[in-house]
Amino acid sequence: MDAKRELFQKLQQDILLWQGFKPVASGKAERIGLGEIEDAFPGGVFPKKAIHEFITVVPEQSAASDGFIAGLLAVLMENGAACVWASTSRRLFPASLGLFNVEPERIIFMDVQTEKDVLWITEEALKCEGLAAVVAEVNNLSLIESRRLQLAVESSGVTGFILRKDENKTASTVATARWRISPLPSQTENGMPGLGFPRWQVELLKVRNGNPGNFVLEWAGEKFEEVKKVKKESVWSEMEGRQIG
Amino acid sequence: MQRRFVSIWFRQLLADWQLIRRPELSGVPFVFAAPDHGRMIITAVSELALGFGVEVGMRAADAKAICPGLEVLDDKPGRSRKLLKGLGEWCVRYSPIVAIDEFAMDGLLLEATGCSHLWGGESGYLKEIVSRLKSKGYTVRVAIADTPGAAWAISHYGKVTPLIPVGGHVDALLNLVPDALRLEESVLAKLRKLGFYQIKSFIGMPRSVLRRRFGEDFLLRLGQAIGTEIEVLAALQVPVPFSERLACLEPIKTRNGIEIAINKLLENLCKRMQAEGKGLRFGVLTCYRIDGKMVQVDIGTSGASHNISHLLKLFQLKIDQIRPALGIELFVLDAPKVDDVEVPQEEMWTSKPGLDDQSVIKLLDRVAGKVGFQVIHRYLPAKRYWPERAILKAVSVTEKPNAPWRVDKPRPTELLKTPVAIEVMAIIPDHPPKFFIYKGVRHIVAKADGPERIEREWWLDHGEHRDYYQVEDEQGGRYWLFRSGHYGGENKYKWFIHGFFA
Repeated sequence: MDAKRELFQKLQQDILLWQGFKPVASGKAERIGLGEIEDAFPGGVFPKKAIHEFITVVPEQSAASDGFIAGLLAVLMENGAACVWASTSRRLFPASLGLFNVEPERIIFMDVQTEKDVLWITEEALKCEGLAAVVAEVNNLSLIESRRLQLAVESSGVTGFILRKDENKTASTVATARWRISPLPSQTENGMPGLGFPRWQVELLKVRNGNPGNFVLEWAGEKFEEVKKVKKESVWSEMEGRQIG
Repeated sequence: MQRRFVSIWFRQLLADWQLIRRPELSGVPFVFAAPDHGRMIITAVSELALGFGVEVGMRAADAKAICPGLEVLDDKPGRSRKLLKGLGEWCVRYSPIVAIDEFAMDGLLLEATGCSHLWGGESGYLKEIVSRLKSKGYTVRVAIADTPGAAWAISHYGKVTPLIPVGGHVDALLNLVPDALRLEESVLAKLRKLGFYQIKSFIGMPRSVLRRRFGEDFLLRLGQAIGTEIEVLAALQVPVPFSERLACLEPIKTRNGIEIAINKLLENLCKRMQAEGKGLRFGVLTCYRIDGKMVQVDIGTSGASHNISHLLKLFQLKIDQIRPALGIELFVLDAPKVDDVEVPQEEMWTSKPGLDDQSVIKLLDRVAGKVGFQVIHRYLPAKRYWPERAILKAVSVTEKPNAPWRVDKPRPTELLKTPVAIEVMAIIPDHPPKFFIYKGVRHIVAKADGPERIEREWWLDHGEHRDYYQVEDEQGGRYWLFRSGHYGGENKYKWFIHGFFA
């Protein structure tokens, strides 16, 4: 079994290498605090030089995505870099970002009239090496536009987050990862009244060269925390490799 | 360098202008007249009418009597000034300092110091002015001299040559009538009465004698003509210290050409600014077209900069707005607003990126150039509870918050610009809602926190306070709801949704 797994891993590494993914030395691998989700990406590293796409259809989803992105921004902006947030109809409330350890004054909002301007700003901002990340809210993104953004990202290394409202036509972009974040009922400790930490269903719909998956995540005040499904008490008779007699 | 001044006298400013507008009047004698004390007094006369003996100051009725078929046109006050202003702006091509002749209101005064060599000397300079204005339809008399007063005198009354050599202006004045000194009518009458028909007859008299007889104003005008008093020209366009001009041999009408012109201007401007440690904050590019119109585009930067490639990029965004029409013959790049440039210290190790990173500032400039400064927002905390006023727009890129962001109270990730009314079922007096209907969808509340009461800022507006609840529905959606006002008061309470939590 082990030999087979090793062989698989070796082959996978080779494929990644041919596709231009450089292996990261295991000690240097930077974690972004997403826990197991990061293992879904090639090499087990959250791709920073990439376009991440978030599908937000209803306002609950877009609020959850905002929260999730804010959690990521907290890590990306750790070194003091700024972030650009371009939108035509922004609802993000800057004062709430403090909850996610992000300094709202380091985010530059650009509220323009047309989607065309949003895309222009996004592309220009993604080329700007002094930024940590760029968030853009758009309705739709065509293949050509997404490719332009991807090219901009590859040269500068800025992380791009695209929040898009249109769920259809998702197949036609070159985004590295496509996410859908939806809120889940929160859980309080010991059944205390009130609301618990924000909890989300994180669906990784597409990862280039990785394994899409489905996770439950919580923002535990300071960092992300994965919520493990409570395992059922294993019944001895169903255990693997059981021995009878 | 000896200062040189040019006076341009439009002999029949209004009449020429009218002929340009209405060429059909060329065979008709006409005058302009304005009402004065119930009579129509002539204010301007055409060349043809002048031949009949019509003069400025006559009554229109009298003029009609001596000149049959005279056309009397209405004169509007301020029209000459408007015309002169337009002509003066056009004349900026000859000198950066152009002023309206305020005394007679029918001419322009130019400071030509260091300008005439561009047209191959002073005679070429004057010829160019006269012929260009003549081709437009204006008959002018010009003169160049060391003082504005002398130039004015020669252009109006000189008979020998319009080109007065350096230092020769006093001699040129000697044979002129005293009218050439721009004096009041009462002073002129006194001079004539005393038999002073030429300037040379009184120019040598002691000043105290002249002052006693003719007043201080007379001495001032005399001094301005001979150069003992300084006359300051009120320039139509105040010249900016950092300005570059580029005149083109051939009119330019391609994008590429304009770009090369801007680059050339920027090279010179940035070199000068760099030498003085200044950087551009606001720049205006004025393009003078050969059809006499001009187009302007401007750029702004959020930090002083004398980086050619950066400024060129900002202008490139604006080139589409320049309509060259038949071609552009003159580019003028002004920097009305400059600031000291902070020379950044070379970092030995790569510094921390941040808001004041050069690349970020350049990005902001580009966005501002394309879409406008008003779209760029940055927020700082305000020490207020009312959610709509809890954030403050930052004025500059580097402004730091003077208070920490509050995280002790829950605030939604997304805030609606205006709260939306919802239908709610709640147990009074202060329980959170059991369910609420927003946009036709019924949300059953599973968990809730609150209330958090936020009072109105009574010094700003009046109205009900708000009781905010943070609720979670059965699907896990988290909302910020509030009830406006007390239960059972005179004002009806209402429920609103104000935001979404992550």
